[in-house]
Amino acid sequence: MKEIWITLATVIVAPLVGGIITGIDRKITARMQNRFGPPILQPFYDLFKLFSKETIVVSNTQILYAFLFLVFNIVAVVMFVFKMDLLLILFILAFATTALILGAMATNSPYSRIGAHRELISVLAYEPVLIAMIVAIYFVTGSFNIEDILKHNSLLILDLPFIFVAFSYVLTIKLRKSPFDLSTSHHGHQELVKGITTEFSGPVLGLIELGHWYELVLLLLFVWLFFAKNIFVAITAILICYFLEIVIDNISARLTWKIMLKLTWSVAFGFALVNLIWVYIKYRLL
Amino acid sequence: MLFRKALKKSPWIVHYDCNSCNGCDIEILATLTPVYDVERFGIINVGNPKHADILVVSGSVNHRNARVLKTIYEQMPHPKAVVAIGACACSGGIFKECYNTLGGADTVVPVDVYVPGCAPRPEAIMEGILKAAQLLEEKKKNMKKGEILNVAKS
Repeated sequence: MKEIWITLATVIVAPLVGGIITGIDRKITARMQNRFGPPILQPFYDLFKLFSKETIVVSNTQILYAFLFLVFNIVAVVMFVFKMDLLLILFILAFATTALILGAMATNSPYSRIGAHRELISVLAYEPVLIAMIVAIYFVTGSFNIEDILKHNSLLILDLPFIFVAFSYVLTIKLRKSPFDLSTSHHGHQELVKGITTEFSGPVLGLIELGHWYELVLLLLFVWLFFAKNIFVAITAILICYFLEIVIDNISARLTWKIMLKLTWSVAFGFALVNLIWVYIKYRLL
Repeated sequence: MLFRKALKKSPWIVHYDCNSCNGCDIEILATLTPVYDVERFGIINVGNPKHADILVVSGSVNHRNARVLKTIYEQMPHPKAVVAIGACACSGGIFKECYNTLGGADTVVPVDVYVPGCAPRPEAIMEGILKAAQLLEEKKKNMKKGEILNVAKS
C-alpha cells in the first residue's frame, strides 16, 4: 500500500517540480537577455493549452511513441525514487529517447527526420559517458543499487570529481541546451523548424513536453546522487549546476554534430576515463 | 475550464509574408525583439504551423501564394485564429484593384483581427495578437458544441 502512495506522489510531484524549474529557467534566461520574461507558471499554461488543442497526426504510431516516451520517463523516475538498479534506470532512459526518435522517424517530413538523426548522434555522444559514470560508481561503492550507493560513507563527488565534470557536460546535451541543441531548438527555427518535434502537435506535443519535465527531474536526481550524504549540499549543488547550464545556454552558439561528437568523446569521455582508472586503481587494485 | 483558460495565455504564432513590401515584416520582427519582449505574454514565434495557434499574415494575396497561405492555415490545429497585419493584408491596400492580386488575406482564409496601418506600430501588432488570443477561448467553446467556427469578425 505504501508503495502505491509513493508512486502516486512521485508521478504528481515530479512534473510540478520540472515545470516550475523550466519556468524559472525561462525567467532567468529572459533577465539575462535584458527582458522581463514570461510568468513562472508559463510552462503550465503552454502545457494546458497544448492539451486543449485538436489532435492532428501524420501517422497513428506517433501517438504511441509520444506516449511511450512519457511512460518510460515516468518509470525511470519512479524506479529512482524506489532506489532500484541504476543500470536499469539508464537503459529505460535510453528506451525513452529511442521512442522519441522512432516517433519522429514515423513521418516523412525531412525536418523531423534530420532532427531524429541528430538526436541519434547525440545519444551516441552521451551514452558512453553515462555508462562510465555508473561503472565508476560501481567501482567505488561495489553496487549498482541506489539503496547501497546511498550507504557509502562519504560524498561520491570526492572520489568522482572528473566524472561529475563529464556528467555536467553531458547534461547540456541531455537537456538540449544551447551549444548542443541541434536536434530540437527553442530558439533557432530557421534551421530545422523544430527538429525532432516538428510533426508532433497539440496534445501529442504536450505528452512529449511532460516527458521532458520527468527527464529533467531524473537528471537532477543524478546530480543529487553525487552529494547524497548531505541534503543541503546536494540542493545547493543542483541549483548551481542548473544555473551554470542556463549561463552556458545563453552565452554559446549552436555547434555542428561533428564538433559535438569530437568534443564529447575527447573531453567528456576523456575526463570520465581518467577518473575511472583512478577509482579502479584505488578501490580494486590497492 | 483550466485548460480553456490557458489558451489565451500562450498564443504561439506563425508568420507568413504573402506579398508584403517587408515594411510590416520588419515591424513584426521588431515586436518579437527583447525591446517589446512579447514572451511576457507567452507569445512565441514558433515558425511551425503544426505548433501554432495564431497565423500572422502581412501583405496582399496574389494568385501564386494563395495556395500556400491556405495550406499553412489548414495545417494548424483547432482552435486557431488569423491576424492580418497592415493595410495590404486587411484589404489589399494600394494593390486592391491590381490584376495580379486577389485582395486582402480574408479572400483566402477567415481573418479574425485586422491591424490597419502602413506599417502598424509594434504596440498595435501586439494588441492585435492578444485580441486574437482572447478569441481562441471562445472558439474552443464553440468547438465543444461540435461546430468549428470560422466566422470572420470585423
